[in-house]
Amino acid sequence: MNTLDQTEEQAAFLRSAKEFAEQSLKPFAAQWDEEAIFPVDTLKAAADMGFMSLYTPESAGGLGLSREDSALIFAELSKGCTSTAAYMTIHNMVAWMIGNWATEQARDQYLPSALTGDTLCSYCLTEPGAGSDAGNLQTKAEKVDGGYKLNGSKVFISGAGSTHTLVVMARTGGAGPKGVSALIVEANSDGIRYGKKEDKMGWNSQPTRQIHFDDVFVPDQNLMANEGDGFTLAMKALDGGRINIASCSLGTAYAAYEAALAYVKDRKQFGKAIAEFQNTQFVLADMFTELEVCKNMLISAARHLDAAHPDATLQCAAAKRFITDHCYDVVDKALQLHGGYGYIKEYPIERHLRDLRVHRILEGTNEIMRSIVARRILAD
Amino acid sequence: MKALVTCKRVLDPYIKARINADGSAVNLDNVKMAMNPFDEIAVEEALRLKEAGSVTEVVAVSIGGPKSEETLRQALAMGADRAILVESDQDIEPLAVAKVLKAVCDEEQPGLVLMGKQAIDGDSNQAGQMLAGMLNWAQGTFISEIKIDGETANVTREIDGGLEKLSLKLPAVVTADLRLNEPRYASLPNIMKAKKKPLDKKPLADMGIDTAKRIEIVGLSEPAERQAGVMVDSVAALVEKLKTEAKVI
Ligand SMILES: Cc1cc2nc3c(=O)[nH]c(=O)nc-3n(C[C@H](O)[C@H](O)[C@H](O)COP(=O)(O)OP(=O)(O)OC[C@H]3O[C@@H](n4cnc5c(N)ncnc54)[C@H](O)[C@@H]3O)c2cc1C
Repeated sequence: MNTLDQTEEQAAFLRSAKEFAEQSLKPFAAQWDEEAIFPVDTLKAAADMGFMSLYTPESAGGLGLSREDSALIFAELSKGCTSTAAYMTIHNMVAWMIGNWATEQARDQYLPSALTGDTLCSYCLTEPGAGSDAGNLQTKAEKVDGGYKLNGSKVFISGAGSTHTLVVMARTGGAGPKGVSALIVEANSDGIRYGKKEDKMGWNSQPTRQIHFDDVFVPDQNLMANEGDGFTLAMKALDGGRINIASCSLGTAYAAYEAALAYVKDRKQFGKAIAEFQNTQFVLADMFTELEVCKNMLISAARHLDAAHPDATLQCAAAKRFITDHCYDVVDKALQLHGGYGYIKEYPIERHLRDLRVHRILEGTNEIMRSIVARRILAD
Repeated sequence: MKALVTCKRVLDPYIKARINADGSAVNLDNVKMAMNPFDEIAVEEALRLKEAGSVTEVVAVSIGGPKSEETLRQALAMGADRAILVESDQDIEPLAVAKVLKAVCDEEQPGLVLMGKQAIDGDSNQAGQMLAGMLNWAQGTFISEIKIDGETANVTREIDGGLEKLSLKLPAVVTADLRLNEPRYASLPNIMKAKKKPLDKKPLADMGIDTAKRIEIVGLSEPAERQAGVMVDSVAALVEKLKTEAKVI
């Protein structure tokens, strides 16, 4: 994915990401999907390459890359396996939170092994009764001597059951977002119970489970920033998370587009390559154009975040909404160009479609993205 | 033992080469460039020899414009220890390349020079051989295997009709063929560290080397488009076509 002002260093990062995707992700993606395998050894190998610590600050042991570099790297990785790359983005997001806001003791305890991929992280915000309305979450962290006692349930937690370090948003104060705090919780703490592995449409190379907390003790030092800051931290993390998810949609849609380009030259009907039909050509031209728009929007949003621009949240929400919708559409077009072969599992296109569907739902639904955009543009 | 590896910046091998409108040269404006793939293999082998304990230092060398620094950074990111860029605005011919490398070898005194068997742009396949001649060192070209044993390098060469095994007395010049290894790709932390590794620049003009052109390019043309195949219905028809159309028998 080249840009005109790409630096040679960026080009080098992307070359490595592409090689890794082609050699270590793509050949296995279909099997991981089919058999719902969470490829922990591959995630360790990804960490050795630097992919599990991309934008964690250098001062905390990460690579300290920009969101722009990270976004383009995630896009390359997702060309190999959308679902595995998407898990990497969640791990990166949590590592970044710990690197920025954990106490020194907690950071030293949990971050080094996360950056080397020896431990894996989950982000725990959504609850059965609080999805889009996350500010209304009910999981309680009650103050006790030396720490907190955690009670409640989280749902749809990516990686849960196979990860080691959880960042849990829980209520330490009154109702509403201002009563929420962010806590680091060890995944095997006493009192934690995991639900069954959800059977999903896509994102099958990573488990999704409920987590139940029953009087789980969390020491004081595992509180991030201050009591009451948790919702703000969670939303800050999601600004980047939304760019990351959009990146995974973009990379996957590029993969589908490239597959379609090759396929239409090869497939013959009515005595000629289907690439010779004007409809095919126009569809491909639209796919190319949409991908270019998405790529530029992604880079622009990432640059807003890198610059800590006051409109970063707006830009990230708009980009997430637009890119995840349009890239899904691009994959759908690629599927249509493949005809019946697009629908069967021997070709990767149907998996791309299933994997991208959820990007329009998680890290804030695309309706919630529209609410964020509308609230901001109407405020001025 | 120090190993010197050569790295040329060339047109990306996965990009279709296009000739300038006036037919004088391959168009290099705004096209993707990369390290010559055979040089990448040479770098990889040097790093493996270092990991095996046969080599103590890997020095990457390139001759080219300012952008060749990026090609050297790639070698450094893969694991080379330091780099030398001989700065030259013009693309010099194989004889001149060999002379420049000889000067670098005189200064650096490597025990082994590893090069790609050829650069995929000019495809000359001459620089390694000429360098060995100028240094009066042993040479092993088109190698698919190398083992260092004390003062000798045992190499396997890919030759027409088979493999040839040679023992070379060190110091020696070897050139890498495709099957020597599969080059590694750099990790992101190593790409970042490569920025801080030493890279010396010497202007070619200061080296006192005659690099005047001795080869005149008369013209360039794109390869003929591949024609669609035809099915023949008998051996006789095939033989007839080979005689009258392909004119190969
Ligand atoms: C595979 C998967 C992985 C996930 N991973 C994680 C994870 O790791 N961590 C985590 O915390 N969460 C995770 N989630 C949860 C995800 O973020 C939520 O599913 C999402 O935020 C939506 O919440 P909900 O499912 O409760 O839907 P609801 O909030 O119930 O929404 C249902 C519908 O109503 C719409 N809607 C709701 N409110 C409004 C409104 N105000 N205006 C207009 N429309 C509205 C929604 O847009 C949606 O279309 C994951 C989900 C999935 C499916």
